[in-house]
Amino acid sequence: MLYREAGQFRSSYAEDQQIFPIRQDRIAVAALLVFAFVGVPLLANQYWLSALLIPFLILSLAALGLNILTGYAGQLSLGTAAFMAVGAFMTYNFELRIPGMPILVSFALAGVCAAAVGIVFGLPSLRIKGFYLAVATLACQFFVLWALTRFGWFSNYSSSGVITAQKIVIAGYAFESTRSKYLLTLAIVAVMALAAKNLMRTGTGRAFMAVRDMDVAAEVIGIPIMKTKLLAFAISSFYCGVAGALYAYCYLGTVEPEAFNLDLSFRILFMIILGGVGSILGSFLGAAFITLLPIFLNISSKAIEGALGIEVSHALVSNLELMIFGALIVFFLIVEPHGLARLWQIGKEKLRLWPFPH
Amino acid sequence: MQFFFEVLLGGLLAGIMYSLVALGFVLIYKASGVFNFAQGAMVFFAAITFVSLLEGGVNIFLAMLITLVAMVLIGIATERVVLRPLINQPQITLFMATIGLTFFLEGFAQLLFGSQPHGLELCDQIEEPRNCIRDEPMTWFADLTGGINVSQFDVFAAFVAAALVTALALFFQKTRIGRALRAVADDHQAALAVGIPLQHIWAIVWGVAGFVALIAGMMWGARNGVQYALTFLALKALPVLLIGGFESVPGAILGGLVIGATEKLAEVYLGPYFAGGGIENWFPYVFALVFLLFRPQGLFGEKIIERV
Repeated sequence: MLYREAGQFRSSYAEDQQIFPIRQDRIAVAALLVFAFVGVPLLANQYWLSALLIPFLILSLAALGLNILTGYAGQLSLGTAAFMAVGAFMTYNFELRIPGMPILVSFALAGVCAAAVGIVFGLPSLRIKGFYLAVATLACQFFVLWALTRFGWFSNYSSSGVITAQKIVIAGYAFESTRSKYLLTLAIVAVMALAAKNLMRTGTGRAFMAVRDMDVAAEVIGIPIMKTKLLAFAISSFYCGVAGALYAYCYLGTVEPEAFNLDLSFRILFMIILGGVGSILGSFLGAAFITLLPIFLNISSKAIEGALGIEVSHALVSNLELMIFGALIVFFLIVEPHGLARLWQIGKEKLRLWPFPH
Repeated sequence: MQFFFEVLLGGLLAGIMYSLVALGFVLIYKASGVFNFAQGAMVFFAAITFVSLLEGGVNIFLAMLITLVAMVLIGIATERVVLRPLINQPQITLFMATIGLTFFLEGFAQLLFGSQPHGLELCDQIEEPRNCIRDEPMTWFADLTGGINVSQFDVFAAFVAAALVTALALFFQKTRIGRALRAVADDHQAALAVGIPLQHIWAIVWGVAGFVALIAGMMWGARNGVQYALTFLALKALPVLLIGGFESVPGAILGGLVIGATEKLAEVYLGPYFAGGGIENWFPYVFALVFLLFRPQGLFGEKIIERV
């Protein structure tokens, strides 16, 4: 009853082609944005912002980047964290070496650097595909981390390869409090998510999907394979690079190359698989799930300990958490292989007919 | 020149060790099209079970047998719980499921046996006097070749690998089950059509992969100690697979040899030019990548013919 587009007529092409053609969707998205920009900073405390919401937003952005590459263009990649590392370390260097560099420009340039790395490691995708490509992207993961550790220039010759993010100052305002960092992250993520959503509706996005569905067929209908695949790598890496920069500047503060290890790549891959491959919303849902799950497991294990009144050893708990995490992933893959975004879609379909499904 | 040969030989023998892990991948990929990322965790699980049994005073052969049974059970359970509900899903979903399985096995193994590293010695009996295979240079070989040092253990591992591959080849070529396995690997639907029970075959394959994991776990455990780091062996085996091809048992062996040799040679001869070495981590991958540019399906992989 509430969610029904009956009576909403589109009388121009612009109306027909807007991102959210249904009024209720527009209202919902607007309400969500208002809540995220106004409500959350007012309601959430320090811990929620710094330990949950900021990493969630940043990882969503990284997942979005990977989703562009894997979900839309069909190129499986295991090197996501490496692109993030490039973004983080290049931002640091731009800020360090060019005096008075605006931070947002640094973010963008670092994204461009990540995109360049992405193009280089995307070159093999022209010849190989599937798992061969996935394994090949591991080369990127190991090579980038090795380079960042070994070449002191990247970390300004700090002894352990650790970089400390400079202060974020935009137009004279210093983003120091957690709240302001949250808002900055949110703004960047919102703009980039909107851009991604739009990009997928353009010719480029459709070319990505054609290549994903069958690259030989795409070539036959005149899509330049090389350009499309490399563009997918570039855009995806750009997103990951910016996400990495935010990871260093808005979340961790001090990072070492090891923070961007293979584990992070896998976590981001989990996010898009569980969230929904080839779905912008799915990237966010997946990121929320993977960010919250360990915290939820931790809290519930503490609660069980408290309820039973026994002291369980830390090793036991962490091993149990590992097992539950693995089992849950398998469970989710079995129950809903198309991810949480698919569940959302089914829910919407149901809602349209509710309360008279027949 | 002598140094070159020593490095080469050491690399080749180390490569054999990689092949042992890669073999497990190949077996499962061949038969079920699943890229089993959990192979590394299976190696770890097998090794830690084995070493815990040994430390509990169980005879080495009995320990092997018990571990083997455990691995087969895990294989069957995996087939039943993870793979069967995911039939007909895209390969990436299955791949992710095996990563989930990796987490599960890592947690399970450490839950059962603790997370402290164990030393492992392959000896014929527990009490002294006993004969052990240790990581020591073979003196007679060094005398023979004018000072090329080769670890006795590495040579033993090479023989074990050779025996394993021979046994697997015989199993695949000569037995009824082996024929069924090859049929399934060729074409699932056709195999089903002629009455081969797919599920049984998969359970067997996972069991065999568990056996290979046990051997690999024993070898690696004896060499580097049984510890959590064994799970990362899966990553080392990946470039081997790229070069050898995902579907080929000889490819896994040859790929292992190539990767082992180039890795060690590159570290020794190219490393000094690359910011002070440490290139072992990524060199195999980059090497495999460049190799793939020329031969996208690996050395022995099946050529992919695409039609629209």
